[in-house]
This record gives sequence, C-alpha cells and structure tokens, in this order.
Amino acid sequence: MSSEHRNPPAAHRLRPSAVIMVAVGGAVGALAHYGISEWFPPTEPGFPWAPFWINVSGCALIGVLLVLIDEVCARPHSLWRPALATGVLGGYTTFSAYSVETVQLLRGGHIVLGVGYAIATVTTALAALYLAELLTRRITTGRIERQR
Amino acid sequence: MTAALVALGACIGAPLRYTLDHVVHTRLRSRFPWAILVVNVIGSLILGSLVAAAESLSEGAAALLGAGLCGGLTTYSTFAHQTIRLAEQGHRGLAVLNIAGNVLGGLGAAALGYWASLTLWG
Repeated sequence: MSSEHRNPPAAHRLRPSAVIMVAVGGAVGALAHYGISEWFPPTEPGFPWAPFWINVSGCALIGVLLVLIDEVCARPHSLWRPALATGVLGGYTTFSAYSVETVQLLRGGHIVLGVGYAIATVTTALAALYLAELLTRRITTGRIERQR
Repeated sequence: MTAALVALGACIGAPLRYTLDHVVHTRLRSRFPWAILVVNVIGSLILGSLVAAAESLSEGAAALLGAGLCGGLTTYSTFAHQTIRLAEQGHRGLAVLNIAGNVLGGLGAAALGYWASLTLWG
C-alpha cells in the first residue's frame, strides 16, 4: 500500500501536475504499444502474441516499479507514480484490446484459441507481476532494511 | 500521422482513468478497485463497437479512438497490481472477484459493444 493511500486528505486532491504527467506518460506508453503492434502484425487466426507480451511485460515492469517507489526509495518524487505507473505502463498495457481480441477469436469459431488467450494472458500477467515483485524485493533487500 | 493520433487519444484516455480513480477512491473509500473495473469495462465496450464498425471508420478515427483513447483509458498493469495487492493483504476473495469482474465484465462489454454496433450500423 502506497503512502498516498495511508494519508488520504492531502494526497487526494487531484493535482494538475500529476494529471499532466499521466497524459504525457500515457501518450508515451500508447506509442510504445502501437510501435510494437505495428512491428508484429497479427497473424490471423492465431494467438495474439504481440498483445500478450505487451500486457505481460507491462505487468512485470509495474511490479518492479512499484516496489522501487513504495518500498525501496526513501523519498520517491510524488510524480513518479502518476507519470510512470499510471501514465506510461497504463498507456502501454491495455484491457480493451485484450477483451476485443478474445471476443473476435470466439466469434470466428476459434473457441480453444480464444479461451486459451484469455486465460493465458491473465495468469501469465499476474504471475509475471508477482515474480517481478519478489525478485525486486530480494535484489533490493539490503536497501529496504537499511531504510527501516 | 496515425502515431500522433494514437498519442493524442491516450493523452485523453489516461488522465480520464486517473481522474476517475481519484474521485472513486476519495468518495467511495472502498477496498475494491472499482474505478479500474469501470474503465476497463467501458473501454472494452467502446473498442468492441469501434471494431465492429471498422469499415465505416477512417484509419485516423480508429487510431484516435481505438488504440489511443481506449488503449489509454484501459489498463492491464494496474488491474494486475491491484489484484496482487488485494491477495497480499489477505483479501483473496476480493482478488478473485476483481479478476472475474474485469475479465468477464470486459469480455461481456466487448461482445455487447460489437453486437450493438453491428445491429445499429451493420
């Protein structure tokens, strides 16, 4: 749980600087997503590998990032979280494409592929995030202890 | 040009998600991450309807509203983070509910948007 959740009153004012950083970060993340999608065009009908890896890598990265911001850094800059987690990684990963790709696979009669894609993405993404957190905590454990 | 429209759409979608998350978090004070569930469901609904209407949509409009707005509005990383956080704090039931809500809600909304769009414009 981040410090902004523990101290609601001051932190819960919506700061214009944070909103701007989310917008800028979101654009950067969406461009990265778009670039990768253009590089690896979908092979129809097939497993949507590009969206799969984009979401899985974004989840692993947010696992690393939020352990660093919430647990490792003594005084993280207040704009890191909105800029990088909410903005860049939020814009990079996408839930809407995941839903629509699954529906399109199912609609095309590719039931196994559709169900497989839906389940594989959610389980791999959650596992990647969890492992990334554990690994980051393990690597930075000396730093975390020093700050407590 | 298409890339610029994607960036522009995300510039609108991502702050919308952030603002809604903030408002819901302050007003509701719920442990369950409602805001991300709502944006993921709404984004899936919109993208589903856009994809079904793809033929009557210009490439620019699809980039702005689809990859840009819906891509920026919805998120997988925050959804996954909140799910793991719920589980780590011992709220396993809420974590499972969050997965079911986002996955089934997102799929249902995408299918509904797709079907509604086909019915209306197809």
